[in-house]
Amino acid sequence: MVAPSGLISLALALALAPMMPSIINRTKALFAGRHGQPWLQPYRELWKLLHKGAVYSHTTTPVFFTGPIVGCAAMLVGLLFVPLAGTHPLISFPGDFLLVAYLLGLARFFTVSAALDTGSSFEGMGASREVFFSALAEPALLLALATLAALSGQLSLADIFARIDAGVLASGAGPALLLAAAAMMVVFLAENARIPVDDPNTHLELTMIHEVMVLDHSGPDLAAIQYAACLKMWILGSLLVSVLLPVRSGWLLADLGAGILGLGLLAVATGVVESVMARLRLVRVPQFLIAASILSIVALVLVVR
Amino acid sequence: MSNWLDAVLVLLMLTSLWLLGSSRLQACIRAVALQGALLGLIPLLSKWPDISLRLGAVAVVSMVIKAVVLPALLRRAVREVNVRNEVEPLVGFTTSLLLGIALWGIATHIAGRLPVDVPGLSPLLVPVAIFTVLCGFLLIVSRNTAVMQVIGYLGLENGIYVFGWAFAIEEPLLVEMGVLLDVFVAVFVMGITIHHLSREFDSIETDELASLKD
Repeated sequence: MVAPSGLISLALALALAPMMPSIINRTKALFAGRHGQPWLQPYRELWKLLHKGAVYSHTTTPVFFTGPIVGCAAMLVGLLFVPLAGTHPLISFPGDFLLVAYLLGLARFFTVSAALDTGSSFEGMGASREVFFSALAEPALLLALATLAALSGQLSLADIFARIDAGVLASGAGPALLLAAAAMMVVFLAENARIPVDDPNTHLELTMIHEVMVLDHSGPDLAAIQYAACLKMWILGSLLVSVLLPVRSGWLLADLGAGILGLGLLAVATGVVESVMARLRLVRVPQFLIAASILSIVALVLVVR
Repeated sequence: MSNWLDAVLVLLMLTSLWLLGSSRLQACIRAVALQGALLGLIPLLSKWPDISLRLGAVAVVSMVIKAVVLPALLRRAVREVNVRNEVEPLVGFTTSLLLGIALWGIATHIAGRLPVDVPGLSPLLVPVAIFTVLCGFLLIVSRNTAVMQVIGYLGLENGIYVFGWAFAIEEPLLVEMGVLLDVFVAVFVMGITIHHLSREFDSIETDELASLKD
């Protein structure tokens, strides 16, 4: 079943996803008293990288080459299932939230494999951290989605978010919904390699998690990785915004507008978090992520009790 | 108003988890103070909008004692005996949090089987009360310093207070005043005890106290 709203929201996602890191950067610049980079800088960088050649070390195998491609493809497929603010996505079937969660997992597996394939010890360290932290973030995300599924009694993302409207938030399920949203916010920050889990600006290999894994990629491969990161932020952000901003007017333009406004606000919020918080020590990160899982479990118990 | 009551109860639960997961003594005292403030809101929200003068007075007095006086006493005790700000748990923070989740499961299970027959009662009240009590117990047995055990005791008492609202909602003054007096005396005595312990033995670590002979 192809819904026209799905096509529109997909096109919007593909076009506007790189705006999110741009908004985050401008927010951080505002806090730091700088002017900040131009709004379209992420697009320019993608354009620049696409016109460069890629350099491959002769010690790498085709695994290194497939990493960015599979990563980007997984995000593109995941985008087909994700509804923005209650609008119907392109494809939807019962249980598709598991597919989306594990598409993120698939992308991660290939990114990590590519990082290990280079044989660099730094990239191995980054890969190890990425896998460790995402293993802790995954239960938080899945349990939060399970909470939403239990709350709405539906099993596909489209139906789940169509049921979660302002009425649900005002009824007895409000606390559970907010707890699930808090857990998803933590997952959003952790999975997108933002402070307080990872610092996207750092270039000291010892402290990096995500950035260190992609050090050896260049040219179009790096562009694919960066674009996939933007899409991942859009996917996780859409899930979060659909919970927190339950505008379900039924008018496609109003709903999509509210969703995109929500994503913009989410990017601003992320920028504020990055400006006012320091990165957690690495040993504290697992505790932070487990706390998110615990919030999800509490929410789930509140719903199914 | 039941929505706000539920939100307060959930916050109450989260402060218990905060107590379990926090590694700083000052943060724990802050959490217990927040818990006390939230407790004061429960009677007001569950009776809203017809709040009698007596009910309001009980709520305000309990809020002042639990959120201002007791934390101040605890802070004074901490300052006077110069304990370190680290909590030093016997059970790690992550394990404590996971145990806390297990306790939450147990609490909801018990609450589901407990025949509480009070009309208009929030379905969250009893599980949260049991959970707060269990977390207090867990803190008492799993933390090393006497100050943390007092905090655990306070958490335990807070849970009993919530439980009191489930049953004694008609006649709260008697029960609550009794409970408040109880806690007050307990913290007072514990404060003095901690003070004397540290003066006599240079430490308030219960492990070290256990190994003292004669």
